[in-house]
Amino acid sequence: MSSPNAATRQLRYVDALAEAVSQEMARDESVFVFGLDVDDHKAIQGSTRGLLERFGPERIFTTPLSEDAMTGVAIGAAMAGMRPIHVHIRMDFLLLCMNQLVNMAAKAHYMYGGAVKVPMVARSMIGKSWGQGAQHSQGLHSMFMHVPGLKVVAPSNAYDAKGCMIAAIRDDNPVIFMEHRLLYPTEAPVPEAPYTVEFGRARRMLEGGDITVVGVSNMAIECLRAAELLREVDVGVDLIDPITLVPLDIDTIVDSVARTRRLLVVDNSWINCGASAEITSQVSERLGGSGPLQIRRMGFAPTTCPTTPALEQHFYPNPSTIAEAAYAMARPNGSPWRPDPEHARLAYQAQFKGPF
Amino acid sequence: MTSQYTPETIARLYRSLYFIRHYEERVAAIYPSDKIKSPVHLSIGQEFISVGVCDVLRPDDAVSGTYRGHAAYLAKGGDPAAMMAEMYGKATGSAAGRGGSMHLIDTKANVLGASAVVGTTIPIAAGYALALKRQKTDRVIVAFFGDGASEEGCFYETLNFAALHKLPILFVCENNFYAIHEPQSKRWATDRFCERVATFGIDARKITSGDLFEVRDTAAELVDKLRRGEGPALIECHAYRWREHVGPNEDYDQGYRPRTEMEPWEARDEVPRIAALLPEAERAAIEAEAQAAIDAAVAFAEQSPFPAAEELYRHVFA
Ligand SMILES: Cc1ncc(C[n+]2csc(CCOP(=O)(O)OP(=O)(O)O)c2C)c(N)n1
Repeated sequence: MSSPNAATRQLRYVDALAEAVSQEMARDESVFVFGLDVDDHKAIQGSTRGLLERFGPERIFTTPLSEDAMTGVAIGAAMAGMRPIHVHIRMDFLLLCMNQLVNMAAKAHYMYGGAVKVPMVARSMIGKSWGQGAQHSQGLHSMFMHVPGLKVVAPSNAYDAKGCMIAAIRDDNPVIFMEHRLLYPTEAPVPEAPYTVEFGRARRMLEGGDITVVGVSNMAIECLRAAELLREVDVGVDLIDPITLVPLDIDTIVDSVARTRRLLVVDNSWINCGASAEITSQVSERLGGSGPLQIRRMGFAPTTCPTTPALEQHFYPNPSTIAEAAYAMARPNGSPWRPDPEHARLAYQAQFKGPF
Repeated sequence: MTSQYTPETIARLYRSLYFIRHYEERVAAIYPSDKIKSPVHLSIGQEFISVGVCDVLRPDDAVSGTYRGHAAYLAKGGDPAAMMAEMYGKATGSAAGRGGSMHLIDTKANVLGASAVVGTTIPIAAGYALALKRQKTDRVIVAFFGDGASEEGCFYETLNFAALHKLPILFVCENNFYAIHEPQSKRWATDRFCERVATFGIDARKITSGDLFEVRDTAAELVDKLRRGEGPALIECHAYRWREHVGPNEDYDQGYRPRTEMEPWEARDEVPRIAALLPEAERAAIEAEAQAAIDAAVAFAEQSPFPAAEELYRHVFA
């Protein structure tokens, strides 16, 4: 696992994405970016900023509102040797692309006996808050994890965002690249020179002996904040960010759980048939029978995301509820503990600055 | 065209037009206070389309709108208080706080729910039309959508099906020339939209004047045909979005479209134009009544409770 040195500058997640793409476009003529609004003045919240000026409208352009067909276009261009990055401002819109992604992109290399490759990236952002609601806030990664042939990437910080994006562009397979709206302004040290974050290697974000916590996408950051709260009551968290869900580095998680015997997986999506189901069942397959094992999952409430803040606040796991759940697992005989709301609020606002 | 309109009809149209305009102005004014935590897509400048079309509908006809659906909802008689409460996230909202501005529904007024995923409501409206036909009613449905929505495959798939089955559906494309910030020229190979639609055997009309009466006349003629079972029809209606794509502000300073583009539309704004056709006292009475109803909607939203936490799990299944 590559590690940035302390002297590197801080960069926002959103700028790290733009920098990665810009460097790859400069390096490789076959890389191009398309998708609704990639070239407007908002530039997908800034994540495609500067690309039009630098590379021109042939290599970065908007499309009609035709996600299904445009996905097919990306696949065709990729089969012809290009490296398209197809951008969606919300992950929910990938559902319009599902047929092309699942029936075509995921399968082409296999069903044509290796004769073609589909090196494309589908970028998508998960939304949250301000009444984003049912159709603008879904984390749909498990649907893609289900299908062989698709890689699924969910970086939680600026460093991984840049490294994963470069790796995704260079990858010869279709990669579903999952971003989170609330991560965009978060900063981390990011080297200027291009680098890759290798797929299939999880990142241990914190070391601790009491409980293994796995956080997916933005939930990795929420878990980091929860761990901060848990420090107050001396619960040590071994925090793992899988970074890539396909391929999944289950070994790192299993190693950790083998020590702590406690696993809490916090997903940025629903629990049923989700990433957390996959992770916990792989861990139980590996460790079940070797001693007691406590397993728990957290994720979106099993409902549709409501728009009203009065209900939305109960829909998502947050640092406080994560800390409370982890504490209950780590101290099963202690009296229940709930983080001080004021501390929780402060933890929630804390800017993510590493560590790696 | 105006001459054939009775004073009652003009007053009714003005009431609806003025109400929607000022309702949305009020939403825009409240928005910065953070009481409305819902992405609002205002239809200010485009209201005349919903007003003209819905005026020829019966209460038992239906409309289907989009996330930019305030105008269609209100013009069809959707409950303005429930709508305001919905945007406030209150339990008394039209979707009990679950939908916000983008998912308005009023089953009593036959306003089908709206969707935040562009184009998705169009085939659903056709399915509704299929049911209306099967149920042997002469009810119709109007599907409102934007020019951007017409680029989704399901739009063309729906046109074909609706024409094939002669469904009682009026498609109304509100062409405001932009999808978010992208102009039509970057999205359409040609602007011969109505010609494309006509190849399905659909009566497709284009209205570029911004004239409420022309919209109403056209809708009246086409809805009559629908009721007689002559199959679907479409109106492409030019209009301009005066405000930003989402939110209460103007955004002409952001460089993607010049304010001069909007000015001719502002100059022929239907609100003052229709107002001028009414006697002063009647106009003032309509406006006072509208303002009072808007005040009442806001007061209702303010005073309503938020849903209780347990509510989160209600309505997942029927
Ligand atoms: C399937 C889908 N793709 C993209 C978006 C993002 N988006 C939201 S509104 C919009 C523009 C739609 O334009 P148009 O249909 O012309 O309607 P208008 O907003 O102009 O009323 C886009 C692209 C979306 N919500 N759904």
